[in-house]
This record gives sequence, C-alpha cells and structure tokens, in this order.
Amino acid sequence: MIEFHLDTRSGVAPYQQVVQQVRHALRLGLLQVDEQLPTVKEVVKAIAINPNTVLKAYKELEHQGLVAARPGIGTFVIKTLSDDSLPAHGPLRQSLQRWLERARGAGLDEESIEALFRDVLRSSSVEGDA
Amino acid sequence: MTAALEAHSLGKRYGNKWALADCSLSIPAGRVVGLVGPNGAGKSTLLQLAVGLLRPDVGSIALFGEQPGSSPEQLARVGFVGQDTPTYGGWSIRDHLWFGAQMNPGWDQVLAEGRIAELGLDPRQKARQLSGGQRAQLALTLAVAKRPELLLLDEPVAALDPLARREFLQGLMEVVADQRASVILSSHLVSDLERVCDYLVVLVDSRVRVAGEIDELVASHYRLSGPRRERGGLPGNVEVLDERHTDRQSTLVVRTDGQVLDPSWTVEQLGLEDLVLAYMTHAVGEDRRPRLEVRA
Repeated sequence: MIEFHLDTRSGVAPYQQVVQQVRHALRLGLLQVDEQLPTVKEVVKAIAINPNTVLKAYKELEHQGLVAARPGIGTFVIKTLSDDSLPAHGPLRQSLQRWLERARGAGLDEESIEALFRDVLRSSSVEGDA
Repeated sequence: MTAALEAHSLGKRYGNKWALADCSLSIPAGRVVGLVGPNGAGKSTLLQLAVGLLRPDVGSIALFGEQPGSSPEQLARVGFVGQDTPTYGGWSIRDHLWFGAQMNPGWDQVLAEGRIAELGLDPRQKARQLSGGQRAQLALTLAVAKRPELLLLDEPVAALDPLARREFLQGLMEVVADQRASVILSSHLVSDLERVCDYLVVLVDSRVRVAGEIDELVASHYRLSGPRRERGGLPGNVEVLDERHTDRQSTLVVRTDGQVLDPSWTVEQLGLEDLVLAYMTHAVGEDRRPRLEVRA
C-alpha cells in the first residue's frame, strides 16, 4: 500500500501533493488496479493532515477516473497510468543512475542537476513541438 | 446550513482598550479553522467569547445558531481546551475521566479509555507526573470524550516540542475524521496550520484582517516583482497588501480574483506562510513588529 508524505515547504497545496503522489505511484506501476488506497483515517493518523484534504484529493482522483470509492469499504484503483513503456523503465533508470554518478563526479550538486535536467527536458520538448 | 460560528460586529473591551473589535465572521460547519495572529491580537478573547467564558460588550456571537452558554445542551455541544492545556496535578488520569463523566451527559467513556490506552498511559498516573505532551493529550481526551460538535483549542501546541506537537495534531485530526467535529484552533505557529487547517482567520490588533477557505486564499494572492516603479497602473481589482522597493526592484504582495497580465511583472503564487505574514506586516507600524514565530 502507498504511504503518503507531506512537504509543507514546497508551496504545493497538501491535497495536490496527495494527488501527485498517487499519480506518481500509478505511473511507476507501484500501485495496481484493484489495490486499495489507505483510508482517510489511516492517512490522517500517519501524517497529521486534515481529513478534508485527503477526501478532496481522493475526490479529485475519482474525477480523473483513476480510483473509485466503494461505500463502507474504501477507495480502490480502477485505472493505472503505467503503459507499455513500463518494461523500459528498468534499463532507463539504470542509465539515468550512471548519468547521475557522472554528474556528481563532475561536481554538480542536486540543484544544478535538477536545473540542467529541467532545462534539457524543456528545450527538447519545445523542439519536439515545433 | 447553520454556521459553526457566526459573529456580527462582535466586540470585547477591557477598561478602555478593545481586546476584540468589530469582528464579523461566518465559519461553515465541518472546517478546521486556524486562528492566527501575534500575541495579544485577540485570539484568546474570541475563543473565550465563543465558549461563553466572556460576554460580548457589543455585537453578537452564536455557535450553530445558539448563544454560547445559553443552555446545558448548548454547552454539551462544545469542547474547549484552554491555553496550557489545564489539568489537575494531584488527580490521576482516572479521576479526570470520572469527573468528565459526571459533568457531561453525552460522555463517551469507551472513547476516553481507548484514547488513554492508545497513548500508552497508565490511568493511575497523576497529571503532574505526565510530560507536557501527555498532559495536552489528556486535556484533548477530556474535550473530545464529550463528543462535541465544535472543538475550540487555545494555543494547544505552543508549549510542546515538535514530536509531541505532531502527535497532538495526529490525535486531533483523527477526532475530526471519526466524529466529523468542527475545530477552531488558535496558534502563532503558521507551519502547523497548512497541514491541518482548511480555513484561516487572521487577527491583528483586535481586528479580523482576513478570513476564508485556505485554498481560495492561496489561489488569490500573488507576489509581483519587477523593475522599480510606483504601484499605479495595476487594474482596479488588484488590492496591494504590502510593497517593498529597492533602487532597482519593486516587490508587491497583492490579492486579486482576476489575473495580473502585465508582462513586466514576474508573478508568483504566495504560500500560506507568506500570505499570513503579509497581512500581519501590513497592519502594524515599523516600530511594532508582529511577534509571529515561523518554524521550518
């Protein structure tokens, strides 16, 4: 089962963080169809967050067609975001890890790595759109 | 639906100083409200008016449509945890629960004992032997075992260390999830609020500066930065809350329901902490800095 965490300094609204974490897990295949999300009470107890926030996040995921509430039981995944590309994740992750080692070896800190990655991602997607 | 708390032009005066003035609020039921402001802003006064420990000098206040303290039934609907989470030092935990059961018709002994067991506390322990965090949990247990519809807490976590604070808030949020209670929680720690609250009331200098759903507040406040200029030129629906200028740069904090389209401004969404601070800084003179603690 997925475990949530909350970063109160990120500036991202707490319910959005929950939504993103579920989407993230679905995308990476860490959550599968028919798997149950933690109950509102479990989330509340684990990370001291407002239950309305969890409800709002689950409603948003329901609206996106990713989960469904079964009354009295809980909320379940009905659609995954991982696709045929999932088998390719492993090798890609490995080569990314090697790239990261090289970046660190060259003296880049986390912020520089992130900035570089985002910049390349953005410029390559702009080229792709053009 | 009846508001959990409704106040109209509410005011309370001590001598000739207004502790709370011209306070009008309408807080829907089911919310977890953060009541923030510097020390002495009127937070405790508002809570004590709500719980019926104080009477208004002007205006009115009602909880679920009823005047605070108007009947035993009304009192049973409200739980209160005062500042410093009061308990009786010489009494055991069991004595506290017994007293709670005698005083409250709707007392839920199973809930009370369950919470004490879950906290790993021995009911024979005296309150003075408990840590600050445990005492706070005991006070919370007493307030929630009467199964209130509205729970009022005055700075419940201010004196606790970060771990005890987190545990207290976990317990509180569990109660909200289980009992669907509304909560009004005063605090001068902004960082806890984003986690647990969905409604915000900022009090400064005895007055309500801003009140509303946190999501809506965050979505309507921005920081604008750009080359130095005067504030003129902004559309009429943009309210400037705070402005700072250096030789080269101007930074404004604004509230608007629309969008700022002028491309010479860099527009950023304002976090909750910055939003609260903007209202507090704006309201006081330069020699009177608000005493608000912001913790990471």
